[in-house]
Amino acid sequence: MSTADTIETFAPAPPDTHPPLDSPGYRSTHLRHPNREPLQLDIGKLDRGELGGPLFGEGVVTDADADLTIGPDGEAIGQRIIVTGRLLDAGGRPIANSLVELWQANASGRYRHVSDRWPGALDPNFTGNGRCLTDADGTYRFTTIRPGAYPWGNHPNAWRPAHLHFSLFGRSFTQRLVTQMFFPDDPLFFQDPIYAAVPERSRHALISAYDHDTTIAEWALGFRFDIVLRGPDRTPFEGAD
Amino acid sequence: MSEPLTLTPSQTVGPFLHIALADPALRFAVVADAPGAIHITGTLTDGGGSPVPDGLIETWQADGLFARCPTDDDGRYEIFTRKPPAVPTVDGTPQAPHVSVSVFARGLLDRVVTRIYFPEDAAANEADPTLSAVPDERRHLLVAAADGPAAYRFDVRLQGDGESVFLAI
Repeated sequence: MSTADTIETFAPAPPDTHPPLDSPGYRSTHLRHPNREPLQLDIGKLDRGELGGPLFGEGVVTDADADLTIGPDGEAIGQRIIVTGRLLDAGGRPIANSLVELWQANASGRYRHVSDRWPGALDPNFTGNGRCLTDADGTYRFTTIRPGAYPWGNHPNAWRPAHLHFSLFGRSFTQRLVTQMFFPDDPLFFQDPIYAAVPERSRHALISAYDHDTTIAEWALGFRFDIVLRGPDRTPFEGAD
Repeated sequence: MSEPLTLTPSQTVGPFLHIALADPALRFAVVADAPGAIHITGTLTDGGGSPVPDGLIETWQADGLFARCPTDDDGRYEIFTRKPPAVPTVDGTPQAPHVSVSVFARGLLDRVVTRIYFPEDAAANEADPTLSAVPDERRHLLVAAADGPAAYRFDVRLQGDGESVFLAI
């Protein structure tokens, strides 16, 4: 017996949303971008596995995971900041109860990672790893340290603008996103090929806004960064079985 | 209907993804000795044939199982899961069982997506609408190789000879 039910589907990203995989200014794309066009799977050719998704993090994520400033021997060094925003779909609907993962460099611009060898100071009280679940309104909130810029080898005197890495799950495999949040008015944007690879129309969506209402007096500066994932497609489908 | 919001663009995971995304427990969608558990291993390589040591493989299934494993210095990953059930497409076409895969890496500005089908399902694979849309000579790139009892090998090649079949979804 087949039951008619509507499966929520997600409209594809407009073409000027994501950076092209072949972005020569970012040298590491050279040998890592596919040469062949991907096989286009129309939404009707996807399945429940791809249009749904696992829910995880519940019962595992604790409030402490969203505060990156508390180390084993005291507070992390640097400018304390609150980073908050809403996880939405393109239709403006909040995505509740969804895992948000965050990682970043410390105030010196150094990652706690065996492969990061530049001589920025490590902070024993800062791992740079956080996570939280969005609330019913789609809001996430982290307390962390404003990261420093750091040098890399892409081109002479190359520096990455300060950024936070975000990993989002949304409600569906089709909504999965990994991105980076930048800070307003960063003077290093002009020479960053990772930022510049993003189509100009969409770049603003990677930059947080300073928000005085989020700032806590005598405690921390506030930044807002909303994250928008693919939204509803209006095509109705009748599910079989 | 109001204008859709601007989507947040994708960015690379960068070389330091392990800080947040490498929990070793997450390579186990099921425990290794669970009834029906299967082990999938493989290597992620670039267009020069070199291993990609700073990549991340994520698998999602129609039965809700999820696993994630960063690649090691040799580009290798492993996951433990169960073979997923066959589910139809949303437009009702039968499909062969498969695992959906996201690949992230330094140097990949957006994830790439592929699928793992299973070699023992020859008849179902033959009829599968996605496999059928791939030219004959490349179809095997979406099918894992048997690699011992309850074990499979599935390599991902980002570029060049034997480039994986990636899906735009």
